Parts: sequence; C-alpha cells; structure tokens
Amino acid sequence: MSDGLNERIAPDIAPGDEGEGNVGRRVLGYVAGLGLAILLTATSFFIAGTNLVWQPSIPVAIIVLAIAQMGVHLVFFLHITTGPDNTNNVMALAFGVLIVILVIGGSLWIMSHLNQNMMPMGEIMQMQR
Amino acid sequence: MAHSAMAVDPHNLRTFDMEQNGHVGPPPKRIVTGYGFWIFLLSDMVMFACFFAAYAVLVGQTAGGPAGAELFDLQNVAIETGCLLLSSFTCGLASIAASARAKLPFQLAMAITCLLGLVFLALELKEFSGLVARGAGPSRSAFLSAFFTLVGCHGLHVGAGILWLLTMMAQVIAKGFRADIQRRIMCFALFWHALDIIWVAVFSVVYLLGAGA
Repeated sequence: MSDGLNERIAPDIAPGDEGEGNVGRRVLGYVAGLGLAILLTATSFFIAGTNLVWQPSIPVAIIVLAIAQMGVHLVFFLHITTGPDNTNNVMALAFGVLIVILVIGGSLWIMSHLNQNMMPMGEIMQMQR
Repeated sequence: MAHSAMAVDPHNLRTFDMEQNGHVGPPPKRIVTGYGFWIFLLSDMVMFACFFAAYAVLVGQTAGGPAGAELFDLQNVAIETGCLLLSSFTCGLASIAASARAKLPFQLAMAITCLLGLVFLALELKEFSGLVARGAGPSRSAFLSAFFTLVGCHGLHVGAGILWLLTMMAQVIAKGFRADIQRRIMCFALFWHALDIIWVAVFSVVYLLGAGA
C-alpha cells in the first residue's frame, strides 16, 4: 500500500460550508459574489431590452449569462468548489446537471419532432367528426 | 479475546478512527446532514427542470390568447430579482453570524432576509392577480398553465422558505446556537441560495426570453 494511508486526510466539507477563514474574509466572499451576480443580472436585463446587439444573438446571450450567474451562485454562495474536500458535492451536482439536461433537452427534442411529424390538431378533429 | 472482539465489531469499523491511527472515520454529522440536504436540493432542481421542460414545450401554445411579450412587466421582474439577490446575500451574512455565534447580527440579517422575501412574494402575488384579472389566468391557455405552474411553484418554495426562516429565528432565541440548530441553519441557507439559482433560470428563460420573443 502507498504511504497515503498513513497521512492524515483532511475531512470533507459539507455543501454550504467554507473552510477556515475569519469573518471579514467570508463577508468579502459574499460581497464579491453579490457584485458579480448584480453585474450579470444587469447585463442580461440590458441585453433583453436593447437594439444595440445583433438581435438573433440575444437569446443565446441571455442563456449564457444565466448559466454564468448560476456558476457564481454555486461558488460564492453555496461554496461548491473544485477543492479535493468537495469532490462528493461536485459529483452529486454533476449527476443533477446530467438529469436536468436529459429532461429539458430530451423533452424539447422529442416534442419538436412530434410537432413536425404529427398531423395538425385541427385536421384530427375534422376526421373524428 | 480476538474472537469476542470480532463479534462486537465484525467489519472492523473501530479501526477507522482518526484519533487512533490517522484513518478517516465516518464523517461528522454536519457533513452527512449537509450532503443529504444537498442531494434533496438537486432532486428539487430536477423537479423544476421538468416544469421548465413543460414550459419550453408549451410556450408557443397560446390558444389565441396573450403571449408572454404582452403580459410580462420587466420592471416588476427586475425589482423581484433584486429582492431575491439581496436576500441571498443577507442570508449568507446570517450564516456567517451563526458560525460566529453572534445572536444580534444573526437575527438582524435573518429579519432583512425575511423582509426581502416577503416583498418578492407580494410582488409576485400582485403580478398573478393582475394576470388573472386581465383574463390571463392559468386556465386561459397551455402556455399560461405552464407559466403559473413553474413560477407559482418557485413562489411556493419561497413561501415555505420564509416559514422555515421564522422557525430558525425562533429556535435560535429559544435554544441558542446548539449543534443541531447550526445544522438546520446551514440547510436553510442552502435552500435559500438554491431558490435564488432557480429564480435566475426563471427570470432568464421565462421573462427575458418571453418578453423578447
């Protein structure tokens, strides 16, 4: 066996817990998160109502900004990080994200194909008369 | 001797004791509780993903009724977003105060969080009642059913969160910062921050994309 077994391994961190740090630094972390979140939110609201940007890019930009802001919230507010003591939390998050992507992407994909391939509802109603 | 020790501890769990030989034992209760609650939150997000999928599929099915662009008031949504974002921040301050065992800052930060949450709920209820009064209630079209289900479900979560918040304030007054109360405060903070994450998806996908389309 390797020497690793005899080393004292740092205990894991619960989601939402930060490691060590004094109060000032922790408050500063939340202030940084709040600042970034406000910046991203303001950008998305600005982009949604402006004519300055190429119009077809707006939905993509809003989605990208939303994902970025979720990342900011996860790191600065929920303290889900890539540190070695946080692996379990990140793995659970990754599984959750996988299911979310499957559910949303799968539904949109299947329903758009159904829409294309199915007879319009009006005609079905006509045939049932 | 060895045999009886085997019977008491058949899987040799005793040797997994950090103090004895540096092995990592079962994690502290705070980590187990937090991890379990984190998994609950992820399953909650999966539930919201289902509502989001239903909304995205039904967003065009207005049945001749009003679409999002005519209904949504982005200024109202911006104020709601600001309230929830600030409340997430003050909730973070409350959890710092809890770990520092500072009672007055904790109660103050929780009270501000509660107030911002109530303002958010009031604005959302005002929006909903306005929509229903205009004949754009959940029974008007598939789009509006999906809209009220998704946004209303988030609103219900915020309402439940406010009840939990008041419970935590009362428990800290009555019982102080005991270890079990600290765990509950941690779970509440996780819950509140997760609600803010879901709101980010709501205002982006429902309101901003809906108002632009």
